[in-house]
Amino acid sequence: MIRLEHLSKVFQVGTPNENPAIRDVNLNVKEGDFITIIGSNGSGKYTLFNLIAGTYPPTEGKVFIQGKNTTKEPEYKRARYIGRIFQDPLLGTASNMTLEDNMMITYKKGFKGLRISLNARIREFFRENLEPLQMGLEERMKDNVGLLSGGQRQALTLLMMVLSKPALILLDEHTAALDPKNAQIVLDLTTRFVEEYRLTTMMVTHNMSHAIKYGTRLLMMDSGEVILDVEGEEKRTLTVEKLVDKFHEIRNKSFASDEALLSND
Amino acid sequence: MIEGILVEGLLYSVMALGVFITFRILDFPDLTVDGSFPLGAAIAATLITHGVSPWLALLVAFAGGVAAGCVTATIHNKLKVPNLLAGILTMTMLWSINIRVLGNRANLPLIRKTTVLTQVKDLFGPGFTNAWTYLIFFVVVALVIKFLLDLFFRTDLGLTLGAMGNNQQMVTTQGVNIEYMKLIGVGLSNGLVGLAGGFAAQYQGFADVSLGQGIIIAGLASVMIGEFIVKSNRISILTLRVILGSILFRGLMYLGRYYGYTINLTPNDLKLITGLLIILSLVVTQLKKKKKWTALEEPEKGKS
Repeated sequence: MIRLEHLSKVFQVGTPNENPAIRDVNLNVKEGDFITIIGSNGSGKYTLFNLIAGTYPPTEGKVFIQGKNTTKEPEYKRARYIGRIFQDPLLGTASNMTLEDNMMITYKKGFKGLRISLNARIREFFRENLEPLQMGLEERMKDNVGLLSGGQRQALTLLMMVLSKPALILLDEHTAALDPKNAQIVLDLTTRFVEEYRLTTMMVTHNMSHAIKYGTRLLMMDSGEVILDVEGEEKRTLTVEKLVDKFHEIRNKSFASDEALLSND
Repeated sequence: MIEGILVEGLLYSVMALGVFITFRILDFPDLTVDGSFPLGAAIAATLITHGVSPWLALLVAFAGGVAAGCVTATIHNKLKVPNLLAGILTMTMLWSINIRVLGNRANLPLIRKTTVLTQVKDLFGPGFTNAWTYLIFFVVVALVIKFLLDLFFRTDLGLTLGAMGNNQQMVTTQGVNIEYMKLIGVGLSNGLVGLAGGFAAQYQGFADVSLGQGIIIAGLASVMIGEFIVKSNRISILTLRVILGSILFRGLMYLGRYYGYTINLTPNDLKLITGLLIILSLVVTQLKKKKKWTALEEPEKGKS
């Protein structure tokens, strides 16, 4: 489904500030995977998402989406099969437009023509899909999105993204900017949509217990590398303690190899 | 007199609608307008003196404006130049081009030529005064353009353009190339400005290369004055208030021109007044925002 081959990204190449953000990442995302990604700040989660989405090109390596080499495709082209939600709830919707206008824009991917698609039938369809959110949004379809709360906006963004039927969804700490109650609502909604529409999902989170509780596969990143990749039974029996232990185990190993490198010098 | 203000307000509202598209919908402050307005005038005047139908001349003026807008958008898109600079570049180059279009002259009179206005006058017959004929004609012109724009911004493409000014990331995430969107938006905007230039040349009876000087500020002032009239998120109201704003702005300018002497104003001060008008609009908007913030600080009542 998604294949990353020897993917690397170095920022500010050739300057004293040269910063390798992603180092030789190989990853194979299978159809139906719900991957949670965890890692500290600067571990490369965000850069990895940007490389998959095509915000910028990799320094080295290739990105395959559905078997197609998309390494050179610009972001807007790849966006036709990728649905992405950002941490900032403002990035998913246009605040000075109405709910129904927003839903109309994101309903179909790709270039838009001169057709007026927003009619009574499609409004009814949007209403039917807004109702299960239980936020009363179906009564506010002519309100500007700017009037909604952060949680409502993120739930709406999630629904809009699901309706556009992407092949892969990238969730970039999409609940981190919300208060705990709304974060839980949006997270529950996420798992419901992922199951209902069988979405292939990659979700970045800061929260270790969320990373363990949700999803079918867990990746841990550190210094631009994927240092842990567990799924199936191993993922199901994972606990926060085990995860921390594993992290220290791997970290120590890398310390050891650093020392080895230094002594060789 | 009042007819004169209304006619000018309606004529320039076509230009103001163009400015509204770039400044308010696309969030692309486009200064090409100062060049595309006289471009439209020059194209229309030249074609009419060569015996081309004045209606066709208007169409070509529109196309010329679209081309000018596309140049600005392309400079911005491909060379990653800030939009303001891209507009200034095109505007500056257009000055030379406009003189060429006029046949290496700075102005071109349209005396005793058939224009859309003389045709409309013939149609109405002698029962109507010039002023009323023009007024009816420009009411129709402004409303037709307004309705076409309203329709356009309800299409899928129009909605996406609307979202782009607010949230470019959303449009990209939707699989739409924002470079095309800017091309379409800025092109359409300058097309309207060129069209307005074409009308202005026929109404005033001449085209002049300096016709566009400061026109962008006039357009912006019209848009901002309109925003005080009524608040709404519906496109039909938004375009309507641009037209009303344009008429009000022409009214204010008229007052300044003919009654300004009572407070020692000369017509040369009008540019200063226009600038101050915009600054005043900005100040009022800021104050309104501040009021909103203080309202937010108070505990909200009746909300679960």
